[in-house]
Amino acid sequence: MNFEFSKEQDLLREQARAFLTQHCPTTVVRKILEGNDPFDRDLWRKIAELGWQATVIPEEYGGLGLTYYELAVIAEELGRALAPTPFSSSVYLASELLLRDGSPGQRERWLPKLANGETIGTLAFVEDLGRSTPRNIQTIARNGKISGRKIAVTDGDVADFVIVLVMSDKGNGTSLYCVESKEFSYEIVDSIDPTRSHATLEFNRAYGELIGTDGYGWETMNAVFDRAAILIAWEQVGGTESTLAQATEYAKSRYAFGRPIGSFQAIKYKLANMYVKHTLARSNCYYGTWTLAGGHADLPLAAATCRVSAIQAYYYATKENIQTHGGMGFTWEFDCQLYYRRAKLLALNLGSEHWWQDRLITAHEQRNKVA
Amino acid sequence: MDFNDTPSEASFRKEVREWLQRNVPTKDELKGLTEIQQCKLWQRRKSDAGWACIRWPEKYGGRNASAIEQVIWQQEESKYDLPLGIFDIGIGMAAPTLMHWGTDQQRQKHLPQLASGEHIWCQLFSEPIAGSDLAGIRSRAIQEGDVWVVNGQKIWTSGAHYSDFGIIVVRTDPTVPKHEGLTYFFVDMKSLGIDVKPIKQISGSSNFNEVFFQNVKIPDANRLGAVGQGWKVSITTLMNERAALGTGDGGVAFKNVFELASQLMIEDRPAIDDSQVRSALANWYCQESGLRYTGYRALTALSRGETPGPEHSISKLVGASKIQDMASFALDLLEMAGSLSTSEQARYFDTFLNSPGFRVAGGTDEIMLNILAERVLGLPQEVRIDKGIPFNEVPTSS
Ligand SMILES: Cc1cc2nc3c(=O)[nH]c(=O)nc-3n(C[C@H](O)[C@H](O)[C@H](O)COP(=O)(O)OP(=O)(O)OC[C@H]3O[C@@H](n4cnc5c(N)ncnc54)[C@H](O)[C@@H]3O)c2cc1C
Repeated sequence: MNFEFSKEQDLLREQARAFLTQHCPTTVVRKILEGNDPFDRDLWRKIAELGWQATVIPEEYGGLGLTYYELAVIAEELGRALAPTPFSSSVYLASELLLRDGSPGQRERWLPKLANGETIGTLAFVEDLGRSTPRNIQTIARNGKISGRKIAVTDGDVADFVIVLVMSDKGNGTSLYCVESKEFSYEIVDSIDPTRSHATLEFNRAYGELIGTDGYGWETMNAVFDRAAILIAWEQVGGTESTLAQATEYAKSRYAFGRPIGSFQAIKYKLANMYVKHTLARSNCYYGTWTLAGGHADLPLAAATCRVSAIQAYYYATKENIQTHGGMGFTWEFDCQLYYRRAKLLALNLGSEHWWQDRLITAHEQRNKVA
Repeated sequence: MDFNDTPSEASFRKEVREWLQRNVPTKDELKGLTEIQQCKLWQRRKSDAGWACIRWPEKYGGRNASAIEQVIWQQEESKYDLPLGIFDIGIGMAAPTLMHWGTDQQRQKHLPQLASGEHIWCQLFSEPIAGSDLAGIRSRAIQEGDVWVVNGQKIWTSGAHYSDFGIIVVRTDPTVPKHEGLTYFFVDMKSLGIDVKPIKQISGSSNFNEVFFQNVKIPDANRLGAVGQGWKVSITTLMNERAALGTGDGGVAFKNVFELASQLMIEDRPAIDDSQVRSALANWYCQESGLRYTGYRALTALSRGETPGPEHSISKLVGASKIQDMASFALDLLEMAGSLSTSEQARYFDTFLNSPGFRVAGGTDEIMLNILAERVLGLPQEVRIDKGIPFNEVPTSS
């Protein structure tokens, strides 16, 4: 047993952090927040040069063939830096889905371009307010032609292709189809975190290619959600640590009543609690990453554990960080908002905390059945 | 990173399992013995076979095992319901302090008897005047030749009524600031002038005591660290205490409440199908698993240096409230029947009454938060009225 990242992985972490400190300070994040660009293309190109999108893609598809430990390290740093790129959509969702369930042809077609960052992929499943289920999907595939509407599609405006969850016309239930961007229209929408772009997609008899087995769309998507949940949890953990650092820094330097506010217990306890929640989430992520890297049967349980604890840690840290900053924390000017927005976006984008609490207990029930 | 055993760890685990299978005492063996006798029987058996305190050097009764082997041992031993409790203070707190601060002679004399379970130790730190503010204790020791004469009172001393030795902090100089005037000793509990009086707890039982000292003579040879260095020595004990306290589940773990919720019904459905029940359980699972892996991650650090750091305060801080809340939640699931001590689910009833103590013992929740904020995050200390002032000039409540 060994519960540490390797020396090489720690080195990668240092390099990634140094790179992002230089190329993705919060001024860069703000440019996306305040400007019209959907993401930072320059940053996307640079991280592609470093091969980050290619991390776990096998060498035969132009990837680096590294492990999920390396990807976890990168995810944490991207989360810490609030990187405004379509990394999570393209790498944790689209690439993972194709890697797991794409046909050899589909993999050959997409993975090399996903690996070098030339192509961006994403996933579209939400259609309405409230929780998506395999029963309330209205988008349909009829003879390979997709019709319907998907909302809240992260990076839907910039994706070269999107993997769409549809109701199969064969009466089998849900399926996943890969649809290229020229086949659908989109409308950009404002999201809670404008540093990540979102769109509504309209499919009108769009040509799509089935991914995986017809009728298994929901299961396939959820298996990928488990994997993505762990990687996104690392982004959340990185963001939480960054938030805690910001709060600590401020609490040491801001004075009130003749002393640093960090000497007041009410402030101390907030920050100590941030530290506690952050540490628990991080430790869960260690185990989660191990199940992901080794394809361990505990993956669904570990994934839900990572996700629930990371959602809670990040939300708590970002709201109490604003509180710690007082009026300053409520301004557009201060970076507190960037973390607060990102925390909520990441808490929603794979389904809510409540849904994942339910998945956690379901996974536990299933594990007990097997045992 | 690898949460699986290496081949050598796997063979160690196999050896542990086989030994446990053959040697764990049967119900018959334990029948009729007091809890103390049961604990001693098991500790003795382990010690005879070289399975007691396995991380310790062989000369002190251990087997030089690694931190990982220690975890493997604990994982396997905890699969059995074994009598263990009474050695927590001696083996978990006094021994690491002896290991770190003791002379060769002191260690050679006492560690083997701790490992074998022959001697039980208690912790004489808290006083009526000072618990959280441990450095504010008043029990006084005055040197007379080779001995120190101690007068004063300790309180909340768990297990004092059955202990052979106690670790004790006393004031040896009241004219210097409070942290500088303390000295650390260990004392034979059978010494003349020690009077132990049990205190009844919320639960009705009496595990802790008041301990009175009247002209008790402690040989200078029982001193750990230099005169005036008692605070520093105490920190070693406290750090180990917090690391040790966090690891237990205090009688209620996630799996217990999960099983209970699977058996009980709410309206016409199993309680576990209720979405609020699922949410609450999921949160505790996250905490439990987070604590487990935080402990594992700390192993590497522990195997490098000896003293666990302040970050260990997490396990006790989170663990204690979790246990209390789970017990309370379980009683709610039982509805009116939860209020009966005779219920077959008495585990939750007992834990509900015992768990408030977990949040106080070994440093309160609030003190743990202070430690995390100040020692880990580096936030400025509270304003301290007593800072730098001679102890005998500090304002007090009595
Ligand atoms: C079950 C049990 C077993 C115990 N066993 C032992 C034992 O074996 N040996 C031993 O020496 N002691 C033992 N103790 C004593 C324990 O260590 C003390 O009770 C504890 O440290 C708190 O001290 P106190 O009781 O004097 O409370 P106080 O220190 O008076 O605290 C009262 C309240 O004030 C708060 N408070 C105090 N200072 C601060 C601060 N700076 N910031 C914020 N809040 C503060 C506390 O958190 C608490 O809520 C035991 C206690 C219990 C409950």
